[in-house]
Amino acid sequence: MLDYDFMRNAFAAAMVVAIVSGIVGYFLVLRGQTFAGHALAHVGFTGATGAVLIGIAPLWGMVAATMVAGIGMGIMGERLAQRDVAIGLVLALALGLGLLFLHFYTAFAAQAATLLFGNVLAVDVGTIRALLGLGVVSLALLAVISRPLLFASLQPEVAEAKGVSPRLYSVLFLAIVALATAECAQIVGVLLVFALMVGPAAAAQRLTGAVATGVLLSALLALAEAWLGITLAYYTDWPCSFWITALSAIVYLLTVLPRPTAAGISRSATCRGRST
Amino acid sequence: MNAIDLRDVSIAVGDRVVFDGIGLSIALGEFIGVLGANGAGKTTLMRAILGLLPLRRGEIRVLGRKATRGNAAIGYMPQIRSALPGPRLNGRDYLAGVVDGHRLGLPMAGKAGRMEIDRVLDLVGGRDLANRPLAEISGGERQRLLLAQALIGRPRVLLLDEPLISLDPRHQGDVVELVKAVQVELSATVLFSAHELNPLLGAIDRVLYLGNGDVALGTVDEVITAPVLSRLYGAEIEVVRLRGRIFVMSGGSDVECCAHRHDIGGGYHTAPRRGETPNA
Repeated sequence: MLDYDFMRNAFAAAMVVAIVSGIVGYFLVLRGQTFAGHALAHVGFTGATGAVLIGIAPLWGMVAATMVAGIGMGIMGERLAQRDVAIGLVLALALGLGLLFLHFYTAFAAQAATLLFGNVLAVDVGTIRALLGLGVVSLALLAVISRPLLFASLQPEVAEAKGVSPRLYSVLFLAIVALATAECAQIVGVLLVFALMVGPAAAAQRLTGAVATGVLLSALLALAEAWLGITLAYYTDWPCSFWITALSAIVYLLTVLPRPTAAGISRSATCRGRST
Repeated sequence: MNAIDLRDVSIAVGDRVVFDGIGLSIALGEFIGVLGANGAGKTTLMRAILGLLPLRRGEIRVLGRKATRGNAAIGYMPQIRSALPGPRLNGRDYLAGVVDGHRLGLPMAGKAGRMEIDRVLDLVGGRDLANRPLAEISGGERQRLLLAQALIGRPRVLLLDEPLISLDPRHQGDVVELVKAVQVELSATVLFSAHELNPLLGAIDRVLYLGNGDVALGTVDEVITAPVLSRLYGAEIEVVRLRGRIFVMSGGSDVECCAHRHDIGGGYHTAPRRGETPNA
């Protein structure tokens, strides 16, 4: 399977994206902002189709659109949190605009499915380089701000009292999420970023209460799901994105279900199931 | 030097004037019970001392210095508004976020950080909370953990906002005892806000009663009187003392204990833990 260039490219791209998504996703889940990741991906669709319309690579249109939207959402902050109608309408509008852009650029119509559902097998070496660059930038940024970000996420009032601005870190973090979302959409498409951004991170948080272990586990789960998904796609000829979403859902389900093993373990697992 | 000084302070939140020209001095090492009706400004006062609110007028000094954001000498335990974020996290990593949390970098607690976390957990008698997920600890244990959080970095002034909220009377007593023990051990100055005076009676040195844009600071006997409280509530108040307990009554009902409770039909001390609303 690794004799083919496109397969090697797919594994390389998936590795970069899964690690970035798993790590950024951990903080996204911890902060309870998973919906923001979903919203950013939709806005990315508008950016990608708009970029194609004016002759730029869709990845960069997506990065630009998600960055603007992410920073905007961060600045709006809590005022946005309760406005699910407004967010929903913006999501719909973003997809609608994307459709309009595709309508003007009819020759590109086949690309719509790729943007929405991803096609990791079509990734070329140039894209991998771009993904790697973006990934390094977003992870480096996250590493620099991770301590105050964690403080502001877990104890916003105390953080504010100690001089850490929850608003500032919300903006910086959503900018990082924007980069990660744009990356993630290259592999699984804008509609399915949940599979790599949220699934592995949520599963990791159910498996461990320690932050460092959780971040590592989240990245490893995302990587395993992405690689296994591509492998299964190769042997079944079903879409990669299907397999990745299926694996993501299965892994999360396994962490939620009570484990029917020794009595003590099963009791604590039942407790865990109830507490959510 | 005093722990906290307010001179002619006026504070407005939005258009509402919460304090209008108040002044008070709290000495080092005092344990102050902060009381008042919902919206009287208990949280507002604490946020102002933390330097988080602009003053319309006047000045606030903490340990002789002008109140500013990021004062490391103050430990703050905010009022719980909802479930804690990160319910799967263990207590140790929850606290680790606070140690040097204002500095950039990776959130890895070094040796000094781990020792600091052990120290504050020992102070609150909560070593066992280190390895348990937040979602699985009880209300009383959660207050222990949050108190431990407030003790990180050895602050000299503790602002504790409603630590008794949503606890049953037995756990309320435990928390007050714990705070008192910690205060004595660290010789810290404590502002402890609450809805009811009675659980605090054995622990506090003085009472700070808020209401009507004004404050009254003094011993229980000086402040908990019909004339002072009538002025603060802007209504006719009676003070009834019964077997070592004090009831603040207005028109025949207890204004302190029932502020949160009569709307859900709970009797005294039998109110369910849910249904309590955070106050301003």
